[in-house]
Amino acid sequence: MTAEEMYQEIILDYYRNPKNFGTMQHPTVAFRDSNPSCGDIIEMQLEIKDESIRDIKFLGKGCAISIASASLITEELKGKNIQEIKNFNKEKVLKLLAIPISGIRLKCALLALKAVKMAAYNYLGENND
Amino acid sequence: MAAIDVRKDFPILKRKVHEKKLIYLDSAATSQKPIQVINTITDFYKNYNTNIHRALHTLSDEATTLYETARKKIASFINANPEEIIFTKNATEGLNLLAFTFGKDRVKENDIILVTEMEHHSNLVPWQQLAKQQKAKLSFIPVTAEGKLDLETAENLLKQKPKLFAFTHVSNVLGTINPAKQLIELAKKYNVPTILDASQSVPHMPVDVRDLDCDFLVFSGHKMLGPTGIGVLYGKKQHLQNMNPFLTGGDMIKEVSYTETSWNDLPWKFEAGTPPIAEVIGLGAAVDYLQKIGMKSIQDHEQELTAYALEQLQKIKQVKIYGSQQEQIGVIAFNLADIHAHDLATVVDEEGIAIRSGHHCAQPLVEKLGVPATARMSFYIYTTKKDIDKAIKAIKKAKKVFKL
Ligand SMILES: Cc1ncc(COP(=O)(O)O)c(C=O)c1O
Repeated sequence: MTAEEMYQEIILDYYRNPKNFGTMQHPTVAFRDSNPSCGDIIEMQLEIKDESIRDIKFLGKGCAISIASASLITEELKGKNIQEIKNFNKEKVLKLLAIPISGIRLKCALLALKAVKMAAYNYLGENND
Repeated sequence: MAAIDVRKDFPILKRKVHEKKLIYLDSAATSQKPIQVINTITDFYKNYNTNIHRALHTLSDEATTLYETARKKIASFINANPEEIIFTKNATEGLNLLAFTFGKDRVKENDIILVTEMEHHSNLVPWQQLAKQQKAKLSFIPVTAEGKLDLETAENLLKQKPKLFAFTHVSNVLGTINPAKQLIELAKKYNVPTILDASQSVPHMPVDVRDLDCDFLVFSGHKMLGPTGIGVLYGKKQHLQNMNPFLTGGDMIKEVSYTETSWNDLPWKFEAGTPPIAEVIGLGAAVDYLQKIGMKSIQDHEQELTAYALEQLQKIKQVKIYGSQQEQIGVIAFNLADIHAHDLATVVDEEGIAIRSGHHCAQPLVEKLGVPATARMSFYIYTTKKDIDKAIKAIKKAKKVFKL
């Protein structure tokens, strides 16, 4: 893998112009997670109605990989059923990113996934009983 | 000194990373080890290994002598007495020892603990937690826009008679050399005991505890050519004598009954359990190695490299350097345009160059710089100008990768 393969135009574009970046006024559920070894932080906010993800936004700071990944995840999940997050996994995120990710950078790629899953589980946990 | 001459002693510098020769610019995190230190440790395990201070057999006698001789070397290296040298796991443990003993006995409700805004988490979190436990207040000497301590505010804060003052000698982010002697003198004027975090100074410049006259000082062996798992706490004898032990158990005792225990003499009172014997002896070998070169030469070499690297970095448009660029040693924090430091580190790693990225265990300071992270290069005795040239070339390549 070379740097050029990893930092493709599209990744840089998602980094410099992230999608669904910002906050919403009344998220149904939100979860913030951070990567203690590097200080990256991602907060995922979801507006959920009738189990459908009406809106999803993220906020945070991080490297090109983590920000691009968060952007792609929000685009992918917007409009989907909240239950689908259960099956949304590492492989799917890596497929969305579509670039080779080496060992240490995996944590960057997966931070947003962790945050969105925790948000979904918190929501589902509260609404299950 | 000539870095070229010492490089042959560092086997790791021969290895390749991504098929390129390794260029190690992360010595502030941990230094590489010369063959002399590696051999001393293997020699110990091959020929002397046993527990110390315990048995009467020959091996134990020899191992104890090696261990205590290393303590003497390390003591004289910073101009202390051997009984004032306590072995810990690392600088972090030394600071925790102080927080849990000296600090806890001294700091009470509404008291003040004074630190600075440029501390490593190791010299921040123990004091922050102690302040919480004792309902005391934690005060900070501010860092100025140039990356120096605000000395005027420092005096005002010391006037409020904090119960202790802990600060770093050299910043592991900005490379700033703080005026330790001046600050300690000021603290003494107000009878405030001082704790110096010398993790980034003892490896890189002459440090003399008598001359500084600090009450306590800590550092880690692994940043000064020694092995991991060994750190040093220096304390003035009168303090160490009055302090309660930190950890209790074997070795730190004089007499034990089922109900009572009396403590061992200094320094063993603070060394509970089997210590890191091979690591102490390894650190002794590291001190021998450093002394052979001379700490003044090492300081000169690193300041020269720092000045050179700053000059080269400044030539790259879109590089932002943090810190004063004066009174700076061995460490440079910087960023390239809008590129996150991790991404920059990944690109230069491809060229075999190891730099650090992130908050460098000083998250509040990096936040104060107004960025999520910085890249950092740090140097040591084996670093050459050629290494820096290669790093500069790699940073220029990163500009292309990121379409800057
Ligand atoms: C200034 C400073 N203080 C404390 C430490 C902590 O050292 P250690 O992790 O070896 O305890 C470090 C090193 O990371 C440092 O640079």
